[in-house]
Amino acid sequence: MTTYTSYTVGDPIADTKAPDGPIAERWSRRRFEAKLVNPSNRRKHTVIVVGTGLAGGSAGATLAEQGYRVVQFCYQDSPRRAHSIAAQGGINAAKNYRNDGDSVHRLFYDTVKGGDFRARESNVHRLAEASVEIIDQCVAQGVPFAREYGGLLDTRSFGGVQVSRTFYARGQTGQQLLLGAYQALSRQIEAGNVEMHARTEMLDLIVVDGRARGIVARDLVTGQISVHLADAVVLASGGYGNVFYLSTNAKNSNASAIWRAHRRGAYFGNPCFTQIHPTCIPRSGDHQSKLTLMSESLRNDGRIWVPKAKADTRSPDQIPEAERDYYLERIYPSFGNLVPRDIASRAAKVVCDDGHGVGPGGQGVYLDFGDAIARMGRDKVAEKYGNLFEMYERITAEDPYSRPMRIYPAVHYTMGGLWVDYDLSTTVPGLFAIGEANFSDHGANRLGASALMQGLADGYFVLPATLNDYLARASHDAVEPDHPAVAEAVADVEDRLNLLLAIDGDRTPDSFHRELGELLWDECGMARSEAGLHKALDRIPELREEFWRRVKVPGTGAELNQSLEKANRISDYLELAELMCLDALHRSESCGGHFRVESQAADGEAVRDDKDFSYVAAWEFTGSGSAPVLHKEALDFEYVHPTQRSYA
Amino acid sequence: MTAATHGTTSTSTMKLTLRIWRQHSPEDGGSMVTYQIEGVSPDMSFLEMLDVLNEDLILRGEEPVAFDHDCREGICGACGMVINGRAHGPERTTTCQLHMRQFSDGDTIDIEPWRAAAFPVVKDLVVDRSALDRVIQAGGYITAPTGSAPEAHATAVPKEAADFAFEHAECIGCGACVAACPNGSAMLFTSAKVNHLNVLPQGAPEREGRVLDMVAAMDEEGFGGCTNSGECTIACPKGIPLQSIADMNREFFRAATKRRR
Repeated sequence: MTTYTSYTVGDPIADTKAPDGPIAERWSRRRFEAKLVNPSNRRKHTVIVVGTGLAGGSAGATLAEQGYRVVQFCYQDSPRRAHSIAAQGGINAAKNYRNDGDSVHRLFYDTVKGGDFRARESNVHRLAEASVEIIDQCVAQGVPFAREYGGLLDTRSFGGVQVSRTFYARGQTGQQLLLGAYQALSRQIEAGNVEMHARTEMLDLIVVDGRARGIVARDLVTGQISVHLADAVVLASGGYGNVFYLSTNAKNSNASAIWRAHRRGAYFGNPCFTQIHPTCIPRSGDHQSKLTLMSESLRNDGRIWVPKAKADTRSPDQIPEAERDYYLERIYPSFGNLVPRDIASRAAKVVCDDGHGVGPGGQGVYLDFGDAIARMGRDKVAEKYGNLFEMYERITAEDPYSRPMRIYPAVHYTMGGLWVDYDLSTTVPGLFAIGEANFSDHGANRLGASALMQGLADGYFVLPATLNDYLARASHDAVEPDHPAVAEAVADVEDRLNLLLAIDGDRTPDSFHRELGELLWDECGMARSEAGLHKALDRIPELREEFWRRVKVPGTGAELNQSLEKANRISDYLELAELMCLDALHRSESCGGHFRVESQAADGEAVRDDKDFSYVAAWEFTGSGSAPVLHKEALDFEYVHPTQRSYA
Repeated sequence: MTAATHGTTSTSTMKLTLRIWRQHSPEDGGSMVTYQIEGVSPDMSFLEMLDVLNEDLILRGEEPVAFDHDCREGICGACGMVINGRAHGPERTTTCQLHMRQFSDGDTIDIEPWRAAAFPVVKDLVVDRSALDRVIQAGGYITAPTGSAPEAHATAVPKEAADFAFEHAECIGCGACVAACPNGSAMLFTSAKVNHLNVLPQGAPEREGRVLDMVAAMDEEGFGGCTNSGECTIACPKGIPLQSIADMNREFFRAATKRRR
């Protein structure tokens, strides 16, 4: 058992693919300079895509349309179920249909600022450019966006920006966009251009002569381990929020694909950047298995408050106006309840830690629609938020029309992920990462309605252009199925599964996951301190050692075995968690979702340190439990000058 | 509804008898197995109650009950079981959104997988619903290769059509309609997609082929025919209306006669 709190600093890395010159021309230039693969030669190239969410689904469909042979995987029973489906709010696009002064440049600016100046300008600008095409593409596919009576698309405003650029399909935008991508993918499956493997999970990456050439996967129904070889591998396997056990992610969303790729040489970027969403339904007890988001749009009309008195157990309607603290409106008078997510979450934690929280365990604040109902009438509120109110009541058995909702922050999204260059290539040539799986364009904090935009930009537009270049430049001799690198990857996977089955200990996989999650939530959640992170870094290796000694996995590997799936994923979380804590420890500034208690102003506001930390932390794996190597990618801001964010 | 005390977490817990379908593999014959479970909180979701049972089974050295689930917020469509004879149980929602406050202390609850010819059992409560994917593959899309799209506002879509499309596009593909139907028919599922796409101007060029091909695929997969029993719409967690089937039938006849001309 080893503990690491130190690391070595390796060579800096540069994003060598982003062209220089005026930012608005960089993407066009990159596309023009990229080599193309002759259409008649594309069929000779096989591309593996892991995941079928917005990024993977759109990439698989598009690459197949271009003529590549696509082999695609998802752990779900159908590609339609990827967790992008649960996104509620909407998707941003700089269409300026409202004539309210929006532009590609403004979306770019808002995203860089919202990310607290920890994202790469070139990438973010490209994202803003692609946003416009995404809406066109989705409308052509039949995505039923909300429309005005004149038949044109409706938009709404979202998350503290000053324009109305969010396109939506009621509270189910993610579902509708995902079904659009799924249907495009289905057309390619039927056409024989995509070989789809559902209920199949990637368990390792095959690297031959320094290039990604395939994956090892497990058929979740039969347990069969299979090898799939290709000319390039695309990971679109989502984020790693489930490392916290309780999150808004789907139960089976996991980090194994990206973590195994990291172990095979792909650097991991900014692992400590996690987003904790302020408006989720609080946990109701120890049995809690996941947390449910209540759309951020509720903050447009709901007022957030806690009782002024500590441990006030009165029913909310018994607490007079004068005894309520509308703390966001008090602290941030100009943005009020609409401050960015990281700020709203931290403020809720502060008031709850101070003893003002409501509901079970004092882990909740009120989101009150009383004033909105008085102002707009119950019917109008129902029209806007009816489905969310219904969902809340179903889960809590409380009626939000007559009693304020209780909300509390929950882990929602991970800005960190595999480091990628401008071409979305990881540090392993031939291995690409798209969507939430990469460290992405959101810096240290993602704005609302930007995740869907990024997933689809990567999958429909960016990757299909840059992958061409990679395939055109590299020569791809066929890899023999008995190549030593293949045999080694298969043996690693089998050994690991066999070991998990053989331990036959006395603790369930979930019991370890819960313990790890609580530790991370306490020490690497909304507020992080040097002492707390050291505590976590001491405890995680112990827990990992205990896991490999005491975990109990019933059944065999040659069947549908959900306990084995879980245990295998948890074994990866037990390594990833350590890297997250180390990253959080080393970044002694506060920025975006990463709040270090040591780096705050007298009024409690986060203090960023641009002099020392204006870089992406890209970590290189050196072995389980062994100190990783830090490679820094310096961030230059030519167009959006870093300022301390202020929402007061 | 046996509601918990409003506004507070109920401290009283329930003791329940569960009779669960256990089937080790597609080839095995399965059977109902009885389990006792205590300490069930009314605030638990139905799947959290099964989580508790499974944790207990693992520690006792028995195999936990396999079931499909993922988002646990009613949108991915992965979960689904027949609870006391009803697809997704007593409320019109997905199994993951069903809460134990719908049950009472001392209840016996029967839990079975979806039963339909086109959905073979994989293990315990897990079934193979890939037939639904193949119905979509047969025509449940609009051909619009990436990059070929015109400007989004080039074609206005009347709000009524957009709303109608959305209401049908809400289908989550869980398969409850098939499980609830005495004939194991997938008409509600198929019609939801046909109606979503056929009402939109973008879907018009492929309108006839879509409905004919999807209905043919549905028949090939072994789904039964519709006899208007209406069980599907009652079980549908998204409330896809029975009218959807009639609308698809109209599309089908229109397409069939047009093809013949």
